[in-house]
Amino acid sequence: MGRHAPGQEFARLADRAVGRGSLENAMIRSELVQALAKDNPELRADEVDRVVDIFFEEIATRLAEGGRVELRGFGAFSTRERDARMGRNPRTGEPVPVPAKRVPYFKPGKEMRERLNED
Amino acid sequence: MMRSVGTLTRADLAEAINRKLGFSRAESLDLVESVLAHMCEAMGKGENVKISGFGSFILRDKKERIGRNPKTGVEVPITPRRVMTFRASQLLKERIAKG
Repeated sequence: MGRHAPGQEFARLADRAVGRGSLENAMIRSELVQALAKDNPELRADEVDRVVDIFFEEIATRLAEGGRVELRGFGAFSTRERDARMGRNPRTGEPVPVPAKRVPYFKPGKEMRERLNED
Repeated sequence: MMRSVGTLTRADLAEAINRKLGFSRAESLDLVESVLAHMCEAMGKGENVKISGFGSFILRDKKERIGRNPKTGVEVPITPRRVMTFRASQLLKERIAKG
């Protein structure tokens, strides 16, 4: 372990510095890859990286196709339609039409919700 | 719905890993479980999870508020709780919006 690429380390520090919301600790993709590599010492680093790539790419592709992704215990991803509406340019206040579109939606699973609230 | 595509599950994710990397089905399924378990573990410890190019799973702490039983109309307190939200990356939003 401890083989951070300098760029990744920088991204991580930047993430921490921004500290969005009340929780400034975050696990980033490279840390997920490292955790997975630790569990699977028989795999090469590039293979572990590909596993993580494929995992999220498959989910993204299915959502882009208009499908649904259900990972029991974790949660379910789906997409929802948004009607066209009139928005506003926040700088000029000028009204601008916002076209109808499809947006991602995530609902956490029951076990995940419970896990976040056990004391 | 624009097209009827089925629901993607753990088995499909494992199948993609098996097909693309040549790991056994059992090993592929273990890897899928392992990815999910590590994300759950991080969030269980109060950490957000950020996957560049995909999105972020963000924890929010909700204060107690008064809710209402929709059937009976009786007011009940909703206890303070931690919830998980997903914020898709700009890239994922664009891919989904295009359809």
